[in-house]
Amino acid sequence: MRLTCPLCGDRDRREFYYYGAEDYLHRPAEGAPLADLDNYLHLRDNPAGVTKDLWYHEAGCSQWLLVTRNTVTHEISGVELVAGRKA
Amino acid sequence: MRVDGKGLIDRTKPVRFRFDGKDYAGYKGDTLASALLANDVRLVGRSFKYHRPRGVLTAGSEEPNALVEVLGPSNQTPNVRATMQEVFEGLVAQSQNRLGSLRFDLLAVNDYVSPFLSAGFYYKTFMWPRAFWEGLYEPIIRRAAGLGSLSGKHDEGTYEKAFAFCDVLVIGSGPAGLMAALTAGRSGADVILAEESHVLGGRLLSDGGTVGGMAAGDWVAQVVAELLAMPNVRIMARTAVTGAYDHGTYGALERVGLHKPARPNLPRECFWRIVAKHAVLASGALERPVGFENNDRPGIMMASAVRTYLNRYGVSPGKRVTLFANTDQARGVARDLMAAGVSVAAIIDPRPDASAVEDCPVHVGAVVIGSRGRLGLSGIQVRKGSETIEIETDCLAMSGGWNPTIHLTCHMNGRPRWNEDLAAFVPMEGAVPGLVAVGAANGSMSTHGALVTGHAAALNAVEALGRKVSVPLPEAEDMPYRLKALWAVEGKGRAWLDFANDVTTKDVKLAAQEGFRSVEHMKRYTTQGMAPDQGKTSNVAALAVLADATGRGIAETGVTTFRPPYVPVSIAAMGAGGRGEGFAPQRFLTSDQASRDRGAPMIEAGLWYRPSYFPKPGETTWREACDREVNMVRQAVGVADVSTLGKIDIQGRDAGRFLDFVYTNTFSTLPVGRVRYGLMLREDGLVLDDGTSARLGENHYLMTTTTAAAGLVMRHMDFVHQAFCADWQVRFISVTESWAQFAVAGPKARALVNSFLEVPVELPFMGVAPVRIGGVDGRLFRISFSGEEGYELAVPTRYGEALFRDLVARAETMGGGPYGMEALNVLRIEKGFITHAEIHGRVTAHDIGLEKMVASRKDCIGKAAATRPGMWGPEREQLVGLRAAAPISAGAHLFVPGTEVHRETDQGYVTSVGWSPTLGAWLGLGFLKDGRARLGQKVRLVDHLRGLDVICEVCHPVFHDPEGEKLRA
Amino acid sequence: MRYSGLKVITEGLFGNKGWTPAWRDPAPKAEYDVIIIGGGGHGLSTAYYLAKNHGITNIAVLEKGYLGSGNIGRNTTIVRANYFLPGNSEFYSHSMKLWEGLESDLNYNVMHSQRGLINLFHSDGQRDAFVRRGNAMINQGDDAILLDRDGVREHLPYLDFDNTRFPIYGGLLHPRGGSARHDAVAWGYARGADQRGVDLIQNCEVNGIDIENGVVRGVQTTRGAIRAKKVGIVVAGRSSQVAAMAGMRLPIESHVLQAFVTEGLKPVINHVISFGMGHFYISQSDKGGLVFGGDLDFYASYASRGNLPMVEHVMEAGMTLMPMIGRAKVLRSWGGIMDMSPDGSPVIDKTHVDGLFIDCGWNYGGFKAVPASGWCMAHLMATGEPHEVAAKFRLDRFATGHLLDEEGTGSQHNLH
Repeated sequence: MRLTCPLCGDRDRREFYYYGAEDYLHRPAEGAPLADLDNYLHLRDNPAGVTKDLWYHEAGCSQWLLVTRNTVTHEISGVELVAGRKA
Repeated sequence: MRVDGKGLIDRTKPVRFRFDGKDYAGYKGDTLASALLANDVRLVGRSFKYHRPRGVLTAGSEEPNALVEVLGPSNQTPNVRATMQEVFEGLVAQSQNRLGSLRFDLLAVNDYVSPFLSAGFYYKTFMWPRAFWEGLYEPIIRRAAGLGSLSGKHDEGTYEKAFAFCDVLVIGSGPAGLMAALTAGRSGADVILAEESHVLGGRLLSDGGTVGGMAAGDWVAQVVAELLAMPNVRIMARTAVTGAYDHGTYGALERVGLHKPARPNLPRECFWRIVAKHAVLASGALERPVGFENNDRPGIMMASAVRTYLNRYGVSPGKRVTLFANTDQARGVARDLMAAGVSVAAIIDPRPDASAVEDCPVHVGAVVIGSRGRLGLSGIQVRKGSETIEIETDCLAMSGGWNPTIHLTCHMNGRPRWNEDLAAFVPMEGAVPGLVAVGAANGSMSTHGALVTGHAAALNAVEALGRKVSVPLPEAEDMPYRLKALWAVEGKGRAWLDFANDVTTKDVKLAAQEGFRSVEHMKRYTTQGMAPDQGKTSNVAALAVLADATGRGIAETGVTTFRPPYVPVSIAAMGAGGRGEGFAPQRFLTSDQASRDRGAPMIEAGLWYRPSYFPKPGETTWREACDREVNMVRQAVGVADVSTLGKIDIQGRDAGRFLDFVYTNTFSTLPVGRVRYGLMLREDGLVLDDGTSARLGENHYLMTTTTAAAGLVMRHMDFVHQAFCADWQVRFISVTESWAQFAVAGPKARALVNSFLEVPVELPFMGVAPVRIGGVDGRLFRISFSGEEGYELAVPTRYGEALFRDLVARAETMGGGPYGMEALNVLRIEKGFITHAEIHGRVTAHDIGLEKMVASRKDCIGKAAATRPGMWGPEREQLVGLRAAAPISAGAHLFVPGTEVHRETDQGYVTSVGWSPTLGAWLGLGFLKDGRARLGQKVRLVDHLRGLDVICEVCHPVFHDPEGEKLRA
Repeated sequence: MRYSGLKVITEGLFGNKGWTPAWRDPAPKAEYDVIIIGGGGHGLSTAYYLAKNHGITNIAVLEKGYLGSGNIGRNTTIVRANYFLPGNSEFYSHSMKLWEGLESDLNYNVMHSQRGLINLFHSDGQRDAFVRRGNAMINQGDDAILLDRDGVREHLPYLDFDNTRFPIYGGLLHPRGGSARHDAVAWGYARGADQRGVDLIQNCEVNGIDIENGVVRGVQTTRGAIRAKKVGIVVAGRSSQVAAMAGMRLPIESHVLQAFVTEGLKPVINHVISFGMGHFYISQSDKGGLVFGGDLDFYASYASRGNLPMVEHVMEAGMTLMPMIGRAKVLRSWGGIMDMSPDGSPVIDKTHVDGLFIDCGWNYGGFKAVPASGWCMAHLMATGEPHEVAAKFRLDRFATGHLLDEEGTGSQHNLH
């Protein structure tokens, strides 16, 4: 399995740490209801198909990546920097 | 028997080897199977379940019968395919799975009671009486089962792993593979050609014929010579591609040294990870047997194998051979044998319209219905219409047609497609992105078809790479492939489908009868396809029999899934590098050697090694040393290397703001030159880590993490920064390995530290200052993990060892010295400081009594989740101290004295304990339900495992100097 | 038909012609009292115990593939009761008791064998954590024995005690731990349920859940609509998709866990061995294969196959711990799809829809839970109240913070 890091190029999966779904980016504002927290931390669409999830180029450039990926075929159709993403 | 004038073996290089205690001769280029056949050894093994006598069936890695143990000088290797093991001088092998000798295997009794050992019989019995399962039945079954043996000794062989990258990976070197490699190679692309066998050429070496107007073998030699001369082509012989994985990654096993006598540093095997932009699967096809009564006797072989033994190894597996086959292609076997002077008794062809014109008797529209010969074939019965013919023969070459070798195309869940014309499954296109199947692997059975499709696939790959090439196609035979599917001949007796697991047509029919009608159920119920050959020779026939039994078509019945590896791969090869200390990186302190010089036992702390204690002459237990070191710190001064703690250098205008966000407490208000203890939560509200952070400048902090969480915290901070506040002006980097840092603690700590400083520093408690030590810029922190006046001196790593040795030497002149992890642990327990024994991932700030450290006026990571109702309150266990006169233990559970001990009365547990020489008592830290409300009460500590049952007093966790007077002195 | 040794002999004498199907192949009826979606281990055991314990027999089990086609048929077959958090402890303890009577209960030899499980530890801190666990097991009424290094050597002399990266300090022996034949568990429950009148319907995929006014009415399937008073979702591996049909978003992320089996070997490993530092566990099947596995591949996946980095990591762990297995050859690797929950513990609960229940989130510990999961899910579906040993497996515990996190790794699905 390989990922193309926007900064480092085509790299082996061994260099990356996996976190989970994109939901972790949607941190509720302070004082938001606990249901928002549940959606942020626990509840997941968990699609069998295209999803967006978070990878960290731990043995590379230390960038967190937002990866568009198919959970059935493992095809990767997009990688962008978390820090540089369009909101 | 050896046949003169045939084969690619080197008759000038005889090789001696041993099988089952007897010496034999073969030639370089022989496999163990070919050499045994040359010596007329037909019986080579016993079957798995019925212990039937078995001989060589195939000439490849799909071999189900001829599995042997190869004995090396220091160890043995079980389940080696005799068909793949090349002979070498001194090779020693033996048969396996037998009780007694190979000829007189006592477990052959199983064959006589086979009616009671039908598919799945063990699910229906061995249930009574219950205790007999583990006491009697199961041990007998376990001993009878299994094939070869491991020795139980460590495998001391050498193994390697490697990565390779290429533009085009060609898998297989038959006509399709060679043509693909040649085409891609001439284009200048980086090519890897992987061939499982030790010679290239595939079936061209067995079948002969002409390619491009020259003998097939000559064409192979010419192409191989050209490929070898190309710098952009790497030929990997003895390399089986074992698996297809995501994004163009393939696993492959190279047999580096298995064909030679073992010698030090010669790897036995190398496991390759090949990353390829394109792959061409030219893996050919596997011939399939035909089911008929007693079709498993030694001497009954695949027709193609007979041809391979003749043409590649110069061996005829029999003196009077019979051919039973349903394709025109297989006739070549008989012709080659006769041309080589081997007698062919008859050809039996089930196709009524097949040609009867050969130089030997031909029975068309006939089938083999039985065989005889206890330890080797002596004759067969043939049914032709209503007539039964007896034929004397010692070798039956059988062919039921061919199955394309599609395994790799299924590794990513691709389902193969049934092709009625071929009566076989062919690959699903695009099943593995980037991989194209060609030649027989894709159902193109003629040599011409192989060359054309190999060439075309390579051209497509080359074009996609932006290259151009023109390679002419050589001419070759294009015989149509025409067969009448014949899976099993009707009959009453047992007809084997899966030779390796002893699965017969009866078993498959019984499965269907009992409702195991899904192909997966049939497989699992009968174990068909689950043997070492993974059903390579039996899967399709078995599901055809199942389809017939259930009245469905083969396409509807479907297939089980081929999964990696294509051929079995040793654990040692895929685990190469993992032996001993190779399993994980080792991290050493700069003081490591200095500690070892003092006799300190080094213990693992994550990936680090840290000194446990520093023994003195006369001390016989670690406790004596530990007690002395604790007293030394309390009364004089101790030195400890604390460089394993994570250190993160944080800079930028928003550094303080960022720390406020990741810590529960506030750091933006911390004055320059001061240090503050910080608590960090995970976003789920539980404690992630704790540590101190120092403010070195207006926009410059240095964070300290625990040893265990250093990497975790760095990753967490990168996430928080990049995900939530990427626009803040803050950057940070791990400097853990840039600094060596030493704790200096005790009443004489200040004196010891000052003896090093060019300008003595007066630091307040929790202060930090730059210092010069021996001409080097360092840092001095006044912090303490022991409860004594404490400092930490940091210098660039390269000065660490020198400083440590000097610190210890000077400390010793003051009645102090080094202290290890044991003493450090006792000191921190006395002071009630927590480690990851306490913050084990299930505790909140509230649980450890630090809820006030969660600042109310700002948001921070984890703050919201910590307010969930389950995260606080008296039903939760809270951190307490425990004090006892008798020994206590970590891992013990806590109960109310006088109550019964069981789960429902459980009040908590102990996380850390130590004998406190300072207080003369056993001290512990633990978690107790509503613990802070129970200070002063007694609890009963029970450790069943260590046999402890002790009454303790519940205390505040800070036992030593609760007011902190010593710290601030 | 009752199975016995005598039956095997009499059938054998008469050509094995008398064996009847282990279960019927019924067409779905228009309506049932209870529908269980999912014919895996948990679904089949739920149906079995609904019939056996609660007398509810008008049940259909709907399976989109073949019975036992999910994780029950692709796991490392370990059976243990060595949890330490209240909530898990009593549940797995109950499951172990059911395992111990399963053959006679089902009249099916599932080959449950208690050859002992040893968890190795490699530091003082790990030892203390295992002691806490062992004491919890004994407090629960189960068994645990603390072994020092020599104690481990007595049981497992073939481990590398001299040269491994993480020296063996000792182990926690769980004598009642062991393994079972995974497929047989599914088949035994299927046969038992079928004999009690449950319709096991294969090749029947549910593609909709009918809900009216907050009450479940039935399901839509590839074989037509089927009405039911109660519906249980028991489809670990596909829980999120099926729950979504009822408008639910679950606390689950699906991950692939690979496992491996070697070619058959004469007996070399008697116990189940777990090597925490390497995320490696191994046992030897009755057939002779070494069955072993490691950690998740770590990325969300429904592919039921994995990649080489974890394969190699598992092999490396095997080589550092027990280099005697080096020449055993891996025959097959496979991947199962795990319902990973944010605390590593499962859910057996009602849903927001009346009559709709869910059993999911088994992470990678579902096999040993099969008996108790079915027992408790049946209890919940029959009575409307959670069974006492599964009362903490609530769906809302993440929202309320009543977590059951044995690993202590927190709300990241793939770390459990």
